[in-house]
Amino acid sequence: MRNSKVVSLEEAIRRSGLRDGMTISFHHHFRGGDKVVNMVVDKLAEMGFKDLKLAASSLSDVHKPLIEHIRSGVITGISTSGLRGELADAISHGLMANPVVFRSHGGRGSAIANGELKIDVAFLGASSSDELGNACGYSRSQNAKSICGSLGYALPDARYAAHVVVITDDLVEYPNMPMSIHAADVESVVVVDSVGDSSKIAAGAIRDSKNPRDILLAKQAAKVIINSGLFVDGFSIQTGTGGASLAAVKYIREEMISRGIKASFALGGITAHMVKLHEEGLIGKLIDVQSFDKVAAESIKNDPSHQEVSAVEYASGQHLGSATHALDIVILSALEVDTDFNVNVLVGSDGIIRGAIGGHQDTAADSALSIIVCPLLRGRIPCVVPKVTTLITPGKSVDVVVTEYGIAVNPLRPEIAQRLRQAGLKVVDIHELADKAGSIIGTPDPLPFGDKVVGVVMNRDGSVLDRIYNIV
Amino acid sequence: MESGDIMVTIGPGEGLQIELQSSVAAQFGRQIKAVITETLEGLGVQDAHVQAIDKGALDCTIRARVTAAAVRATGKDVWKD
Amino acid sequence: MMFVPGNNPGMMADAHIYGPDSIMLDLEDSVTMAEKDAARLLVYNALKTIDYGNTEMVVRINPLNTPYGKKDVEAVVKAGVDVIRMPKTETADEVRELEAEILKVETEIGRVGETRIMAAIESALGIVNAYAIATASPRMMGIALGAEDYSANLKTNRTPGGAELLLAREQIVVAARAAGICCFDTVYSNLDDMETFRKEVELIKTLGFDGKSIINPRQIEVVNSVFTPTEKEINKARAVVAAIKEAQAKGSGVIAVNGKMVDRPVVLRAERTIALAVAAGVISEEEAL
Repeated sequence: MRNSKVVSLEEAIRRSGLRDGMTISFHHHFRGGDKVVNMVVDKLAEMGFKDLKLAASSLSDVHKPLIEHIRSGVITGISTSGLRGELADAISHGLMANPVVFRSHGGRGSAIANGELKIDVAFLGASSSDELGNACGYSRSQNAKSICGSLGYALPDARYAAHVVVITDDLVEYPNMPMSIHAADVESVVVVDSVGDSSKIAAGAIRDSKNPRDILLAKQAAKVIINSGLFVDGFSIQTGTGGASLAAVKYIREEMISRGIKASFALGGITAHMVKLHEEGLIGKLIDVQSFDKVAAESIKNDPSHQEVSAVEYASGQHLGSATHALDIVILSALEVDTDFNVNVLVGSDGIIRGAIGGHQDTAADSALSIIVCPLLRGRIPCVVPKVTTLITPGKSVDVVVTEYGIAVNPLRPEIAQRLRQAGLKVVDIHELADKAGSIIGTPDPLPFGDKVVGVVMNRDGSVLDRIYNIV
Repeated sequence: MESGDIMVTIGPGEGLQIELQSSVAAQFGRQIKAVITETLEGLGVQDAHVQAIDKGALDCTIRARVTAAAVRATGKDVWKD
Repeated sequence: MMFVPGNNPGMMADAHIYGPDSIMLDLEDSVTMAEKDAARLLVYNALKTIDYGNTEMVVRINPLNTPYGKKDVEAVVKAGVDVIRMPKTETADEVRELEAEILKVETEIGRVGETRIMAAIESALGIVNAYAIATASPRMMGIALGAEDYSANLKTNRTPGGAELLLAREQIVVAARAAGICCFDTVYSNLDDMETFRKEVELIKTLGFDGKSIINPRQIEVVNSVFTPTEKEINKARAVVAAIKEAQAKGSGVIAVNGKMVDRPVVLRAERTIALAVAAGVISEEEAL
C-alpha cells in the first residue's frame, strides 16, 4: 500500500537514528516464548552498536543470550521489573558494571510518562499489525501465530518513545482495528517469521492445583476476603497466577453465588478463571494489562467489556485515574515477608535475583485490602522472616499475611483483625509465625553478599527503596 | 528424591569427610554438616566418607537418613534384635 | 485419622497443618521391605522432633511375626507415640503379645502405661473375634476396619456402595461400643470421586463410627462437614443439657424440653453432639458448658 512502513529490521534500526549510549525498550507479553529481545539485540550487536541501555518491562529465562551482549559491551544498562534464570544468576554474581534498575509495572509506566525513563527506540513485538503499524496482541486473521492478548505494558513505550518499531509475524490488511498500538505512534513495521513461541507465551492451560497446601492457603485466603468487610456487592478484585491465588478464586466464586454478590471488575493479569466468572455474570468488567492464557487472550479480542489498559492506566502511582486506586482487594504472593510486613518478591533466599516486582508495590499500596498468601516454609526455606533479604513492598501497604500456620494482620488494620477473629479464623502475631519457622528449620546463616551493588529497587514514586548486592 | 529429603551414602574414610550438595547450602550448609557429624559421633563412627545430596531436609530427617546409612554400612542396628 | 507414608519426610513434616484429629505414620503397607529400617528411623526422629501440637499421633507398625515388628515397637515407644496401630489383628492373644512388647520397652525407659493400642481388623477371623480383640487390653483405645485385606479374605471385591463391608462395619461398631472404646472406618482411595466418598462417610456415621481414615488432606473437609453437628442440632443438644442441669439443681427427677420427655439416651446423644461440636471447633469449650 501507499506509505507502507514495512522495512527490514536492519533498515528500521538505521531509520530510527539509534546511536551508541541510547535507550531501547521492549515489553514482555510473550513471556518465556519471547523472541523479540534476542532477535533485536543480536542484530544491534551485528551492526556494531555499543553501550545501549535496555529498558524492558520484564526479562526472563529466555533472555540468557543477553549475558554475551553484556560481556561484549553492547548492553551496559538494564531496567526491568524482574530477572530470572541464568541472566539473573550472572547479574547477581556481578556481571554488570552498572546496577540493574528494578521498577514495578506502575512505576515503569510513570517513569516513562514523566520522562524519568526516556526511551529512544522502542521495539515492540505484536501479534498482528497492518502496514502502517496499527498493532494488537491478538489477530483476526487466519495466519495468527503468536497470540498474547493485552499489550498493556507496551503502550507507554508506544506512546512516549521517540521512535517506535513494531515487529510482527502476522501482517494483516489495513485497517487492523480496533488497535492497541496506534499507527500514529509507529515509525516502522518489521515482519519476521515469528515473534514468539506460542507454547511458551501462555504456559498452557493453567490447571487447578491439587497441591493440598495450595488448597489450604486458598481456602484461608478466600475466608479472609469473605470476612474482610469488603466482600459486598460491587467489590473489585485482583489475583495473581500462583496455584493458591487461582484456587482462591474458585472458593470466592462459590461464596459469590451463594450470597448473590457480584464484582464490578477484576484487574491486572487476567486468567481463564476470571474470564469464566465474567462470562457467568459474576464480574462486570475485566481490566486487563496482561492476558495470562489463551482463554484471556481470546476474550480480550472478542468481548467489549474485557478492556485493555496501559501500565500507566493500570497502576501508576502518579496518575490518580489509574485502576489500582479503585481496587478493593488484591491477593499477592511473596518470597519473603518480614515481621514489619515488608515483602520481597525479587531476591531468593540464596541472595540470587529470581523474580519480578510486577504490580506488587502498586496494588498493595493502592488497594483497600492487600492479602499476601505464602507458605510459612518452602522446604527448608522460610517465607516469614525477621527481615526481608530485599525490600520490595513496604510493610505499611501490606494488610494480611495468610500462611498454613495462621493468619497475621498488620497492626495498622485492627478492624480487619477483629472481623477475621469474629469469623473464627486463626489470627496470630506475625512474630509468632517467624518464631515458628525458626523453631522448625533453625536460624539460617547470613548470605555471602559482596560490596558491589548489582541492583537498585525503585519505589513507585521514583525514590530508591533498597539496593541488591552481589553474591560472592 | 522428594523435596524435604536427603540422600546419604557412607563409605570408608579417614576421619569424617562430608561432601554436601544442597539446595540450601548458602544458609544451612554449616548446620547440615554439624548434624551429620553429631549423628555419626553419637553412633561412634569416627572414620567415614559421607556423601549427602540434600533437598531442604529438616534436621530430624537428616539424623534419620544418616543413622540409616551408618547402620547399613556397619551392620550394627540401633534397635534390639 | 490421616494416613501418611513413613518414608516421606516432607509429608510427615506437614501433615498436621491440615488439621486432622490424628495422624497415622505408616511403617507397614506403604513402605517397601528395603526401606523398613530407614522409615522406622524417619518416624522415630519425626515423632521426637516435630511439634504436632494437639494432634494424636499413631504409628502403624509391622506385624510382630515379621522381622520388623518388634523393632518398630521399640522405636515408636521410645519416641513417645500416643497410639500403636497393630495391623491384621485376628485374636486377643496377638493383642496381649503386643502389650507385653510395649510394656518391655516402657519399663526400660520408665514410661509405663502411656502407649495405647488400636487394632486394625482386616480378616473374617478378626471380625468374628472383634469383641475379644476390643477387650483384650486396657490399652485398647479403638478398633478399625481395614477393608482391602478384609474383602480379599472374604473372596469378594470392594464396591462403591460397600455392601460387602456391611457386616464387618456393624460388627466393629457393636464390639467397640460393648467394650467402651472407639471405632474407625477404613480408607477410601479414589481422590477424584468426592461424592462417593461423602456418601460413604455419611453411611459410616449413621452406622455409629467415631471417625474415618483418610489418605489425603483433601478428604478432611468432607469428613468434618459430615461429622460436624449442624447449628440446629447443637441448639437442641444445648437445650437438653441445660434442662438436665436445671432439673438436677431443683432435685427434680422428671425432665422435659419443649413439652417432650427427655430420657437418658437423649441426654447421652445431646452430650455427644456437643462434644463433636467442640472437637470440630464450631463452638468453644466455654460455650459448651
